[in-house]
Amino acid sequence: MSEQDPAAAFRIEAADLLDGIEQALLDLAIQLDDRDLVDTVFRGLHTLKGSGAMFGFDALAAFTHHCETAFDRVRKGQAQASAELVHVILSAMDHMRALVDGDAPEAASDAILARLHAALPADGAPAARSPDISDAAPGQRAPEIAGWRLAFRLPPDAMANGTNPLALLDELRGLGACRVRALASDLPALDGLNPQHCLIRWEVELDGAIPREAIEDVFIFVMDDMEMQLEPVTPSVPDTVNAPSSLPPPAVPEPVTQKVETAARAVPRAGESVRVPAERLDVLMDRVGELVIVQSRLSQLANSPFSVTAGNAIVLRSIAEEIERLVSEMRDTMMVLRMVPIATLFGRFRRLIHDLARETGKDIELVTEGEATEVDKTVAEQLADPIVHLIRNACDHGLETAAERVAAGKAPAGRVTLTAAHAGGEVLITITDDGRGIDRDRVRAKAEANGLVQPGQALSDADLLHMIFHPGFSTAAQVTSLSGRGVGMDVVKRTIEGLRGTIDIASVAGAGSTFTLRIPLTLAIIEGLLVRVGTGRYVIPLTAVEECLELTAHDDDRSRGRSMIRLRDALVPFLRLRDLFGSTSAPDDHQKIVVIATGGERVGLVVDQIIGSHQTVIKSMSAVHRPVTSFSGATILGDGSVALILDIMHLVALGQHREARLRAVG
Amino acid sequence: MTASILTVDDSASLRLATRIALTGAGYTVAEASDGVEGLAKARSCRFDLIITDLNMPNMDGLTMIRQIRQLPIQTGTPIIFLSTESDDGLKQQAKAAGATGWLVKPFQPEQLLRITQKVLAR
Repeated sequence: MSEQDPAAAFRIEAADLLDGIEQALLDLAIQLDDRDLVDTVFRGLHTLKGSGAMFGFDALAAFTHHCETAFDRVRKGQAQASAELVHVILSAMDHMRALVDGDAPEAASDAILARLHAALPADGAPAARSPDISDAAPGQRAPEIAGWRLAFRLPPDAMANGTNPLALLDELRGLGACRVRALASDLPALDGLNPQHCLIRWEVELDGAIPREAIEDVFIFVMDDMEMQLEPVTPSVPDTVNAPSSLPPPAVPEPVTQKVETAARAVPRAGESVRVPAERLDVLMDRVGELVIVQSRLSQLANSPFSVTAGNAIVLRSIAEEIERLVSEMRDTMMVLRMVPIATLFGRFRRLIHDLARETGKDIELVTEGEATEVDKTVAEQLADPIVHLIRNACDHGLETAAERVAAGKAPAGRVTLTAAHAGGEVLITITDDGRGIDRDRVRAKAEANGLVQPGQALSDADLLHMIFHPGFSTAAQVTSLSGRGVGMDVVKRTIEGLRGTIDIASVAGAGSTFTLRIPLTLAIIEGLLVRVGTGRYVIPLTAVEECLELTAHDDDRSRGRSMIRLRDALVPFLRLRDLFGSTSAPDDHQKIVVIATGGERVGLVVDQIIGSHQTVIKSMSAVHRPVTSFSGATILGDGSVALILDIMHLVALGQHREARLRAVG
Repeated sequence: MTASILTVDDSASLRLATRIALTGAGYTVAEASDGVEGLAKARSCRFDLIITDLNMPNMDGLTMIRQIRQLPIQTGTPIIFLSTESDDGLKQQAKAAGATGWLVKPFQPEQLLRITQKVLAR
């Protein structure tokens, strides 16, 4: 529906324009004399103003006009781009976004404009001209006119430039009864004739009380360059008026009398739309087309008067297979449609770093890698807040001041590095700073003060670092305005886990910290391995499965107690799901081991039977089941029964933990 | 035969608004999002009218108009440019480049149609 609403299209476009302008401004802040960037910013502002005025965003158009004027002066060399100007325009961007959304505070506009004037002094040009919405030139009423006598000659290049003299004569005829005479005396001989040159003069007698502007309006586009005499014919004494080419330039041809109504606010905001490459839609369309054909085959079969025969059972099976193939292809296409490059997310952080650098007074540079990595749109959106928080933390707590850095032998500018990459079915995002690293002693002290650990209790380094994810944990001696916003690292962790992802920390004192986020590519559907344990059926996410083996009776007996199998010279602990789930039925003779891995750790899961791969639509579990570990969700099988989805992270951790304990015991 | 019109503008919303107005009046509309694309389309087939923005990335409107005027296939094709300013200097520049007329933004669909009819007459 927004497809056909220019105002909605404008909102999306405005968001893109603003993003583009913002990126150019951030680049400009680094290279203040880059003319291309100045042009890019100017052009963006110009388009924003022009289109905004078209679709009734008057406040936006008027406000943007000031910023545009400022950049026009920079563009023409009348003023210099400065860090302050860039900063003011960046703040103006936020105000423009609010104006596009229609929720801008009124006072903000004047404050920003005042700063803009301060940033760009010695303003020669009139800055406060609102966008051109010209009024109609007041019509001078010619008294008592019976008609007009008019002689004109168009500029010689009029026809080459697209003016059709015959169309102009037609327009005159439209005003009233007309007598037209063409004077060809200026035409050269045939061999000297340029057919595109307009050398004919016309004399026209026009009847009727026609206002002068109506006639001038006909010639509006050529008025400045043509020769014309225009005399009114009065009923009594003719009064000659000469109107040569020195006529003042005509007013705007079509006065704007009313504006496009501001579109309803109910239209979706720009952030809620996805841009999809056309060829991906074509693929989807092809599949839908095929599905319609298969569906008609199925209907035909269902309506056939014959009872089930071997013949049509085969047809039915082939239709089922066809549908399975199509649905699976459509699912894949659909998934791809939802993917957006992570650059859209990373782009926002440049502005964040710019603002943080100003607020903290630190010199910070942002390095990004892997912007082309695609992630599910929902994932990208939900990742924004946690990453913002991690970046804030890195800039606020991690990075030292320039003086401290120099004293520590580092470059004065701190560096925050963002990377994204695909790893199997997951996307891997890292946020790294080269700051002072996490102070373990302070973490420990704080954890003890909060009663999270007992004094003297042994903690692995990883466990100690993970303390910062406890609710309410904050090591900063004073909570600054940047990171102390009430959103703790516990919220970051919970958000990441809500996306079925994990967060890890690595930190070296004096050298910086790295936060690693692993997020599954898509949220809704996974490829699963369906297995049976006792009478229950379970789904193991296929991305985690490394291999499947048979648990021989020999291995089974030998491993009693230690639960380890030898896998190509490596010992892998395994968990008997029968024991874990308290299954009471007799085990199958030939049990299987599914080896799963995550984050470099492997664990084998002993199951009764491997049923096969299964496209799993993930349903989250109800609040009642929230305390349940070992399962990350549930799904509904083809026969309507429920299968639980195994929580790989938890099971691997459990397996490794048990193994560690057994090793410790003996 | 319906008249075919090429609209060249880097603003998708403006192209959409223009397309809705023009197709609603029965014209056939082709679109381009900058001067380079506009010129390429103008090379490929004759249009009855070209409506273009001046301020565009890659190739601005003035350059595009100048180049279109060199194309035999577009001999005498009317070219209307859109401008946010009723700036006389710009108007003169555009006319010198070969533009037929102009339309000042913001405009109403009726104004667009009136100008279109004016330059398309006959």
